[in-house]
Amino acid sequence: MSATKTLFDKVWDSHVVHKIQDGPDVLFIDRHMVHEVTSPVAFLGLKNRSIPVMHPEKTFATADHNTPTINQHLPIADPLSANQLRMLEENANEYGISYWGLGHAKNGIVHVVGPEYGITQPGATIVCGDSHTSTHGAFGAIAFGIGTSEVEMVLATQCIMQPKPKRMRINVNGKMSKGVTPKDVALFIISQLTTSGATGYFVEYAGEIFRDMSMEGRMTVCNLSIEMGARGGMIAPDEKTFEYIKDREFTPKGADWDKAMAYWETLYTDEDAIFDKELTFDGSLIEPMITYGTNPGMGMGISNDIPMASAVQGGATTYQKSLKYMEFNEGDSMMGKPIDFVFLGSCTNGRIEDFRAFASIVKGRKKADNVTAWLVPGSHKVEAAIKEEGILDILIESGFELREPGCSACLAMNDDKVPAGKLAVSTSNRNFEGRQGPGSRTLLASPLVAAAAAVTGKVTDPRELMVELV
Amino acid sequence: MAYDKFNILTSTAVPLPIENVDTDQIIPARFLKATERVGFGDNLFRDWRYNQDNTLKEDFVLNQDKFSGKILVGGKNFGSGSSREHAAWSVYDYGFRCVVSSFFADIFRGNCLNIGVLPVQVSADFLQKIFDAVEADPSVELEISLPEQKIVLLSTGESESFDINGYKKNNMLNGFDDIDYLLNIKKDIETFAENTPL
Repeated sequence: MSATKTLFDKVWDSHVVHKIQDGPDVLFIDRHMVHEVTSPVAFLGLKNRSIPVMHPEKTFATADHNTPTINQHLPIADPLSANQLRMLEENANEYGISYWGLGHAKNGIVHVVGPEYGITQPGATIVCGDSHTSTHGAFGAIAFGIGTSEVEMVLATQCIMQPKPKRMRINVNGKMSKGVTPKDVALFIISQLTTSGATGYFVEYAGEIFRDMSMEGRMTVCNLSIEMGARGGMIAPDEKTFEYIKDREFTPKGADWDKAMAYWETLYTDEDAIFDKELTFDGSLIEPMITYGTNPGMGMGISNDIPMASAVQGGATTYQKSLKYMEFNEGDSMMGKPIDFVFLGSCTNGRIEDFRAFASIVKGRKKADNVTAWLVPGSHKVEAAIKEEGILDILIESGFELREPGCSACLAMNDDKVPAGKLAVSTSNRNFEGRQGPGSRTLLASPLVAAAAAVTGKVTDPRELMVELV
Repeated sequence: MAYDKFNILTSTAVPLPIENVDTDQIIPARFLKATERVGFGDNLFRDWRYNQDNTLKEDFVLNQDKFSGKILVGGKNFGSGSSREHAAWSVYDYGFRCVVSSFFADIFRGNCLNIGVLPVQVSADFLQKIFDAVEADPSVELEISLPEQKIVLLSTGESESFDINGYKKNNMLNGFDDIDYLLNIKKDIETFAENTPL
C-alpha cells in the first residue's frame, strides 16, 4: 500500500470491513441518519426478515422532508404525510432509535441538525437516504446519499456495499469578492463541470477560498457536490472544524476527545498523494451566480447573458427544451426579470449565516409587493439564533415572516409549492422542472441574491444594494 | 429484498432522447408519500405524461401506442439528482427491466442494480444508433445478455459490450441480495465495530 494517501483514502480505507473481489467494498458506517420519506420501505424489509437494527445508537431519525412549515403544533392535514411521520415515529420506537420528530426541540433538516448536535464528526462515515448527505463532508467525513435498499442494508448490518469512487481535487485559490458567498463558489464550480462532470468521483475541496470559509459555508459547498454528479465532497478538518464541534451534545468529551483528536489530526491529504483528476480555479474571478435553466449546471455570473445553444456543451435540443420551460431566450440578460417568489432555506442555505446574509440586504428596505417570500430556518436551533441575534426584528420590519423548520419548498412535498408558471429565486439546490411545484420555474442563487430579488421584485445584482449602504 | 433474476432480455424499447433526465422528472417528490413499495409506475414521468388537469400529453413517448417494451432508452446522464429509490421503483413498476443510456448518475445506477433493473451503459454512438433504429421502426428489438455482458440491436446485428462488476452480475443472474451477503459476514462486522474509533 502506498505511503501517501489522500484524505478520502485515509477515511475510506480505515472503514473497509471486507473487500469483494471484482465487486464493491463493504464499508462500515459510523452514523446513519434517517428521515420519513426514504425509510418506511427499509423498515418494512427488516420486519419481513425479522431482524433488528444492528446499531440503533449509531442511527438518528428526524422528520423534515414532508413536514408543514406553519402551525406545526396542529395535526397534519394531509393524511399521507401524517401517516409517513407516524410510521417513522413507530419504527424509531420499535427499534430503539432516537427520533427528533415534529415539535421536538432538536427537530430540523437532517443535514442541519447532524452538525448542530455533533453527530457529524471528522473521519466518520455518514450515510442517509438523501443525496445531500454530502453536506457532512465539510467536517472531513465521508458522507453520501443512499437509496432505500441501502438504508435497509445499513439498518440491518451497519455496512454498505460500494465500489470505491475515484478521487478528484478541486482547488479554488484567492479570496471571495464582495457579494460572493460559498453558494456562488459552488454554483460556479458546477457550471464549469456540468451536472455529470464529477460522476464516479469523490471530491476534496482545497485551497484558500475553502480554508477561509466558515463551517456553514463549507457545508453549503459540500452539500452541492452531488449536483455535479459526485458521490460526495469533503474538506480536511482544521482548527475551525474542531472549534465548531467541541462541546456539542454528541461529540466526545474529556479523554475521549483527546483520543478522537489524535485521529482527527491525521486527516489531511499527504503532500505527494495522487488524485485521478485535479482542477484549479481562480476564486477571485467568481461573481454572484444565478441559474437560468433546469439543472444546477446551467448557471452563470449574474451580469452575464444566457449562453447561446451553440456555445454550450451537450445537446442543443435538451438545452433549448430547458430554456423553453423557463420561458427564457438564448442571449437574454437575467437582470431585471420580474420574479414572484423567494425561498430562503433548505439544507443548502438554511443556516444562521444565510439568514444573516439575507438580513444584511433587506435591512432598512421593504419586501416588494409582487413577491411572496418563504423564509424557512433549517432547524429550531437556527430559528432560535435568528431570534436571539435580532434578525427576526429586521425581517419583520421589512415585511417578512419567518416560518417553522423543514425542507419546505426545496422539494415541495408539503404545501409550500410555487404555482405553475411562477418564477422563484431560491437558495435551495435544484432547479429541475417542477421541483418546487408542478410547472414552477426556479432560479438558484445565494441568500444575498435572493434578498436583493425579494426587496426589488426582480433579479438584481446584490452588489448594487451593498454599494448603497456603504 | 430479493428480486427477479435477470438473464437474457429481448424486447422492443421506448426511446427518450433527452439528456440529464433527473429523478424529479422520473418521479416528482409529491408522489413519495407512500409507506409501501406499490403503485409507483402510475406516476413514472408524471409531469411529462400528464397535463395538470390529468389529461394525457399525447406527444410524450409513453403515451404513444407505437412504443412499448421492457427497455427504456434514455439520453446522457440519466437519473441525475436525488437518491430516491422511488425513481428506480417507478421504472420497474411501470414494466421496464433495463435502462440503456450513454451515462448514468451514480446513485440511480446503484439503486437500479439493487432492485433488479439492469443499467446498460453504451457509447454515445451506439445510443444514437438505437434511437435512430427505434424511432424509424418501433418494432425493432434489442437483445440484452447479462451472461455475455452484450447488447445487440437485432435489426442490424450491431452490438456492444457493457460493464458490470462480477459480484453484482452474479447477484442479478441469481436474484441474490446484498443483505444476505452481509448477514453472512456479521461476525466480521461485529469485530470491526468494536474497534472503530468513533
